[in-house]
Amino acid sequence: MNLWNDPVNFIAHWLTSLFVGWGMAGWLASLIIQLIGVIVLILLMMLFDIFLVWVERKVVARFQDRLGPNRVGPFGLIQPFADIIKLLIKEDITPDGADKVVYNLAPILSLMSVLLLWAIVPLAPVIFGVDLNVGALYIIAAGSIGTLSIIMAAWSSNNKYALIGAFRQVAVLVSFEIPMIATMLIPTILAGSMGMNEIVQGQQTVWYVVLAPIAAIIFMIAAIAELGRSPFDLNEAESEIVAGFHIEYTGMKFGLFYAGELLHAFTFGGFWAILFLGGYHFFGLENLGPLVAAVILFAKAMFGYWVIMWIRYTVMRMRIDHMLAFNWKFLTPVAFVLLMLTALMNTLLRGTPSGVYILGMFLTNVLLGWIIVEILRGYSRSERQKTQNVAPAAATAHH
Amino acid sequence: MIPLSWFLILSAALFSIGLFGVLSRKNAVAILLGIELMLNAANINLVSFWRYGDVSQMAGQVFAIIVFAVAASEVAVGLALVISVYRRRNTVIADEIDLMKW
Amino acid sequence: MTAMQIFFLIVGLVILGSALMVVTTGNLIHAALWLIVTLFGVAVLFAILNASFLAVVQVVVYIGAIAILFIFAVMLTHKEMRDRGPQLNNSWWLNAIISLLTFGGLFWMLQSWNGFSKVAADFPSSYDAVGQLGNALISPDAFVLPFEVASVLLLAALVGAVYIAFNPHSGDSRK
Repeated sequence: MNLWNDPVNFIAHWLTSLFVGWGMAGWLASLIIQLIGVIVLILLMMLFDIFLVWVERKVVARFQDRLGPNRVGPFGLIQPFADIIKLLIKEDITPDGADKVVYNLAPILSLMSVLLLWAIVPLAPVIFGVDLNVGALYIIAAGSIGTLSIIMAAWSSNNKYALIGAFRQVAVLVSFEIPMIATMLIPTILAGSMGMNEIVQGQQTVWYVVLAPIAAIIFMIAAIAELGRSPFDLNEAESEIVAGFHIEYTGMKFGLFYAGELLHAFTFGGFWAILFLGGYHFFGLENLGPLVAAVILFAKAMFGYWVIMWIRYTVMRMRIDHMLAFNWKFLTPVAFVLLMLTALMNTLLRGTPSGVYILGMFLTNVLLGWIIVEILRGYSRSERQKTQNVAPAAATAHH
Repeated sequence: MIPLSWFLILSAALFSIGLFGVLSRKNAVAILLGIELMLNAANINLVSFWRYGDVSQMAGQVFAIIVFAVAASEVAVGLALVISVYRRRNTVIADEIDLMKW
Repeated sequence: MTAMQIFFLIVGLVILGSALMVVTTGNLIHAALWLIVTLFGVAVLFAILNASFLAVVQVVVYIGAIAILFIFAVMLTHKEMRDRGPQLNNSWWLNAIISLLTFGGLFWMLQSWNGFSKVAADFPSSYDAVGQLGNALISPDAFVLPFEVASVLLLAALVGAVYIAFNPHSGDSRK
């Protein structure tokens, strides 16, 4: 074991021997070292979050044909720090009639629900928080704490716009969780485990995006809905309900929601990479060392984050009934059919050579995708005919 | 190691608190909150009996999962009933819902 | 007293304290939020008992669905967001005595059982409890029938809840 091959355990061992050398009990030393590990991971993610503010602003600027922050520091890199100073020195307002404890707890819970997710992210084969054997469910569990924080923020603000935003967001979250769970079960079936480490290790030869491309797309859509980003940003639709659940928050409390949202988006980019894009695998490059593997995972997570931003700044906001109908009548049935097909094909093709297996899985997905497109074409044709038949009647009524 | 008795006493206490809530709350939603506490007490018992018995017999965990399903259905139907009553009678106080009472 | 026992006592105190708040606090939204604390404590207990799957499912089902549903129900059945007057009925002292007697009776019954102060064997580290649970739920000689009946129950509850809560007078004329 050396610093390059296993940096975390190397430092942990070094610290343990240091602490025990000071006369500390063994269990206390290991407890302190685990605490240090947690704090270091959280600090790294928060620092990375500051960088994400810059990335988000720069990317949205390019999508909207602007330059973005470019005054403070080289390429505007110091801009997020200026933002933080601005947020910190703003007046911290707690509205009259607000429920103070719940109001102040909500932003903390919101950020916590995101940071919790990083406990199970395998950054490299030897760098991970815990290897939970129920990792996929853990993602959903952390998401439900995020839902809770939104409801708490909205209710305690004592504001109708906030409450409307929270009602919308909860309706969306509760319904989009179902296709999300169903698509997370597909990598689970393929890897034979719900643990994130085994799912990543199962993608050594082929990434699951090849075996289950439709699942990857559905997971991305459900993730965007869970994040509450455009086209599903009904919870904070600024043209309708001003800012949704965080309307009353000022200063750094708003900053926590904002930071939580950005980190959440990046984290789901990361889970997309872990579940479907091979995690830290990149054509054997990850064997160079765990730090290289971590960099690969971050690059893939950044790609996922970029896809989320790309969709966010390109697609218009949907109406809530369209969105729920889209989930219940389209995404959920497709996800369940895909789940059953994947389980069936996985059982049928078990034991065949890997080429046949990969081709079989891929062709199943292509076939299912073709059937879906055909059904959608038939549906839109019938809808089009309906509107064309109605149009003359409406025209005569006007005359 | 924690003896089984601690879990059982905790769950008995939780059950009694839930019972108190069910008996003395006025609001129908709050009565359902008490029922949730009682179901959770039962779940603690089921899982601790699984852990302190033979861990290869999964009956305890399976029954805990069935309790989850029952709790979810109970809350869905119960709250639907409460909301329906609220629409018709404009109250959720259990004592005031007395049309069927003699 | 080991570290695990101290941890258990802290969690137990949190569970019982928040459960007491659930049944006594005047503000119903606060009661629902205290219920979440209780449920989270129970999830921690499941984790102590090596039932990791149940711990996560507890958070997903109870906190993510049931507690949120409670908060919604409280909001939908209040004209204002505040409660007035006492939330407990007049015979609360009698109910408290009944609850204490229940606890006493349960305690007396349990302590007369000879397995009461049993200590668990060490959890076998290679034992795959989640996999065993999955097998038990779908194997015909174990629990497949109760599992399927539970799913029928959930479907019946879904249909029933929609039917009861559906308001025919709220008038979406297109339907």
